[in-house]
Amino acid sequence: MLQLLWLIVAIPFASAALLALFGSRLSRHAVAIIGAGSIGLSAALTLLVGAQFVFSPPAGDAYMQRLWIWMESGGFQPEIAFYLDPVSLIMLFVITFVGFLIHLYSVEYMRDDEGYARFFAYMNLFVASMLTLVLANNLLLLYLGWEGVGLCSFLLIGFWYREPQNVRAASKAFIVTRCGDTAFALGLFLLFTRLNTLDIQEVMHRATAEWSPGSGTALMAAALLLGGAVGKSAQLPLQTWLPDAMAGPTPTSALIHAATMVTAGVYLITRTHTLFSLAPDVQFAVAIIGTATMLLAAFSALAQRDMKRVLAYSTISQIGYMFLALGLGAWSAAMFHLMTHAFFKALLFLAAGVVIHAVHEQDLYRMGGLRRELRLVFWAFAIGGSALAGLPLVTAGFFSKDLILWQSWAGPNGNAWFWIAGMTGALLTSLYTFRMILLAFYGPQQAHVRSHSGLAVRLSLTTLCLLSLVGGYVDTPPHFGGSPALSNFLSSALPPLEEVHIGPITETITAFSASTVFALGFGFAYLLFGPQCARQPATNIFERLWLAGWGFDWMYDRIFVRPFQWLARKCAHDPADVPINVIAQMTIVSYRALRLTQTGRVRWYATGLAVGTVVILAIALFVR
Amino acid sequence: MVLLFYLAGILAIVSTLLAITQRHAVHALLYLIVSLLAVAVDFYALGAPFVAALEVMIYAGAIMVLFVFVVMMLNLAEHAMEVEREWLKPKNWLGPTLLALILLGELVYCTATSPSMSSPMNVVSPKQVGISLFGGYWIGVELASLLLMAGVVGAFHLGRHAIAEEEKKHVTSADAARTDSRGDLVPARSGRTSHAA
Amino acid sequence: MFLLGLAGLLTRRNFIFTLMCIEIMLNASGLAFVAAGSRWAQPDGQIMFLFILAMAAAEVSVGLAFVLLYHKRQLALDVDSASELRG
Repeated sequence: MLQLLWLIVAIPFASAALLALFGSRLSRHAVAIIGAGSIGLSAALTLLVGAQFVFSPPAGDAYMQRLWIWMESGGFQPEIAFYLDPVSLIMLFVITFVGFLIHLYSVEYMRDDEGYARFFAYMNLFVASMLTLVLANNLLLLYLGWEGVGLCSFLLIGFWYREPQNVRAASKAFIVTRCGDTAFALGLFLLFTRLNTLDIQEVMHRATAEWSPGSGTALMAAALLLGGAVGKSAQLPLQTWLPDAMAGPTPTSALIHAATMVTAGVYLITRTHTLFSLAPDVQFAVAIIGTATMLLAAFSALAQRDMKRVLAYSTISQIGYMFLALGLGAWSAAMFHLMTHAFFKALLFLAAGVVIHAVHEQDLYRMGGLRRELRLVFWAFAIGGSALAGLPLVTAGFFSKDLILWQSWAGPNGNAWFWIAGMTGALLTSLYTFRMILLAFYGPQQAHVRSHSGLAVRLSLTTLCLLSLVGGYVDTPPHFGGSPALSNFLSSALPPLEEVHIGPITETITAFSASTVFALGFGFAYLLFGPQCARQPATNIFERLWLAGWGFDWMYDRIFVRPFQWLARKCAHDPADVPINVIAQMTIVSYRALRLTQTGRVRWYATGLAVGTVVILAIALFVR
Repeated sequence: MVLLFYLAGILAIVSTLLAITQRHAVHALLYLIVSLLAVAVDFYALGAPFVAALEVMIYAGAIMVLFVFVVMMLNLAEHAMEVEREWLKPKNWLGPTLLALILLGELVYCTATSPSMSSPMNVVSPKQVGISLFGGYWIGVELASLLLMAGVVGAFHLGRHAIAEEEKKHVTSADAARTDSRGDLVPARSGRTSHAA
Repeated sequence: MFLLGLAGLLTRRNFIFTLMCIEIMLNASGLAFVAAGSRWAQPDGQIMFLFILAMAAAEVSVGLAFVLLYHKRQLALDVDSASELRG
C-alpha cells in the first residue's frame, strides 16, 4: 500500500495538466469532477497509506520511495524520491483533506466564473507542488515544490488578472517571497558545498557529525533557511505580501494563505530541525521573530475593516505562534498547531467567502446582523472563531495553543517573557476574532443578503466545523487525563517535548490562564464592538498605524521600491551599452582625424615625408 | 683646390637660396643655372672632371633649358607674379624653414659624430668611370636607357593629348587672347620631345 | 643644398618651382655621392651620379609635359589646386 505514495502526488499533477490543456473544452461538470476528484483521490490514498503507516509502520519509522535520478553532475545526484515519516504524513493529511474540502467548496463557489477550468488547474498544480514539497527527500526537490507553490500563489492571487491591483498584489507576493527564496537558495548552496549532499536525512547526519553546535557554518546555514521560511510564511520582515494577497479568490486564500503554503516555512524548519538545534542563536531568533510577528499582526488585525484582511493578519499571527513553538524547540507542538490552524482557518476563510458572496461586501463596518439570514455561516464563524481564540476544551485550537503556551514557560528554551507574550497574543486573538464576529453578525443589518449557499459549500463547511471541534483531541495533555497521541506519533521523527522549568506555572495554570484570557477577550470585544455600540471605526493614531500594518509597506516603499525605480529610470537608456558604443565612437573620431591628412596636396605630403625623416633620424641618432 | 671647393660651394648655396626665393620664374631658373655651374666646379675640385662636364652639359645645358623653354612658352611669369607675391609671405616660409633647419641639425650631427677622416680628394679619371660603368654597372646602363625610353614615350603621349586639345580649341574657341598664347605651342612642339641622354 | 631644396618644395605653390626644387634636391644628393666616391677613390660615386642624372632628365621631361597639359585645363599652375586629380 505504501507503494501508492507516488500516486498521491502524481494524480493532482496529471489533473492539473489535463485541465490546463483541455479545460476550455470540457464542461463545467467534467472540470469539477476532475479538479475536485483528483484531490479527493489523493485524500483517499493518503488515508490508505497513512493507515498502513500507522498500524504496521515500516522499518525505522520512515518509508522512502525512489522514483528516478533527477540529474547527475559531478558528485551531485538529486533524486525524485519521496520520504514518508510521521511529520510528512501529518502534512499530507492536512493538505489532501483540507484541500479536498476547499475544492469541493470551490466547485460551487467559482461556478459563475469564466476561468473555472483555469482555477482548478492552478489549484491542482498547487496541491501537487505542495505535496512534492512535503514529501521531498532532498532539499532540491523541496525547493522545486517551494517554487511551485510560489508560482501557483502568484497565479491564483492574480486570478482575476484584468484588475491591475490584483496583478500588483500577485507581483508583490511573488517578489517578497522571492527575497526569502534567494536566502533559501544560498542556504542550499552552503549546505551542499559543506556537506556534499542535499538529501535531508544525510544532511542531518553529516551536520551533527561535522559541525559543532554554535559554529559559524551552522549558524549561517540555519539563518539562510530561516530567511526562506520567513518569506514563505509571511513573518517579519517579509510579511507584507499576505494581506494584499487577499485579492485572490476566497478558496485560494483558504487553501494557500491559511492552511498550506504559508505553513511551508514551518514545515521546512521542522524538517531541518537538527540544523536549528545546532545553531541555538538562530533558533532563538526564530522564537523572537515568531513572537514579534504574532503581536504585531494581532494588533494590526484589531484595526482592519476588510474581513479577509482580518483573517490574513490572523494567519500571520498564528504562524507566529508556530514559529515561537519552533524557536522553543517544541517541534511537535508547532506541527499540532499547524494542523488545527489549517482546520479552523480554512473554515473561517470559506465562511467569509460565503458572507462576501452573499452580501457583495467586504467591509465589516458595512455588514451587520447577518446572524439571522446566514445561520450556517454564522455557526461556522462561531466555531472557527472560537477555535482560533481557544475556547477551552471543546475546540481544537485550545489544545494546540495551550501546548505552545505551556512550552513557552516550561520548555528548554522557555522564558517568562515568551509566556507573557503568548498570553498577550491569545488575548488579542480573542479580541479581534470576536470583534469580527460581532461586527458582522450582530447589530443592525446594513447589507442585503442576495444569495444562499448550496450543498457543496454547506458540506465542506460542516466537515471543517467538525474537524475544528474534534481535531484537538489527538493530543491532549496528560495532566487532564488525555493522551498525547500526536506527540507520541511524532516522537519517532522529532525530539519530544520536555518539561524543563518546573515552576509556579504548571500546565494546569497555563490552561486556566488561557481560558481566562479567552473570556477576557470576548468580554472586551463585547464591550467595544457589541451590538449596542455605535459602529464607527475609530481613527486615532493607533488604529491608523495598525490599519497600515505598522507601516511596513510604507517603509519598504521608501527604502526599496523607490530607489529601485529611480535606478531603473536612470538606466533606461542602457548605460551598459556605453563602453561598446565608446569603441565605435572612438573609431569614428579617429576616422575623422585621419581623414584630414588626406588632403591631396603635394606639399602636404612632402611635409609629411620631411617630418617623418626628421623623426626617424632623431630616433636613430639619439635614442640608443 | 680645397679653397676652390669651398668657394664654389658657397656660391652654389647662395645661388640656390636666391633661386628658391624669387618670384619671377625666369629669374629663379637663371639663378639655378648658376648654382648648377657652381656645383660643376665643385665636382671638378673633388677630382671628378667627367661628372663636372656631364653636369654642365646635361643638367645645366638640357634640363634647365627645357625648363626655360616651358616657362617662356607658357608666359607664366607675368601672370603668376601677383599670385606669387601673395603666396610667398614670410610667414609661409616659417614652417618649412624650421623643418629644414631641424633636418640640417640632424645631418650635421650625423656627419660630425661619425668617425671623421680628413681625406684628400682623390681624382677618379673618366677612364676608371667608363671601365666601371660598362664593366660592373652594365645592367644599370640598360635600366637607365629603359627609363629614358619611358620618359620619351610618356612625354610624347602627354604631348599628343595637348596637341589634340589645342587643335580642337583652335577650331571652336573665339577667345583671341587664348589663341595667341596657343600659337606659341606649335613650333615648340618638336623641341619638347627631344632631350639629350 | 638638399635642405634648401626641401624648404623650397614645401613653400612654393607654383608647379614649375616644385619641379625646380626637386631638381635642386637631386643635384644636391648627386653632389654627396660624388664626394663620397672621391673620398673612397672609387668610380661608384660618379656612376651613381650618372644614373641620377638620367633619371632627373626623364622625370623633367614627363613633368614638363604634364605642366603643359595642366596649363591647358586651367591657367594657374597651383600645386594645391591639383589635389583632386583622379586616375
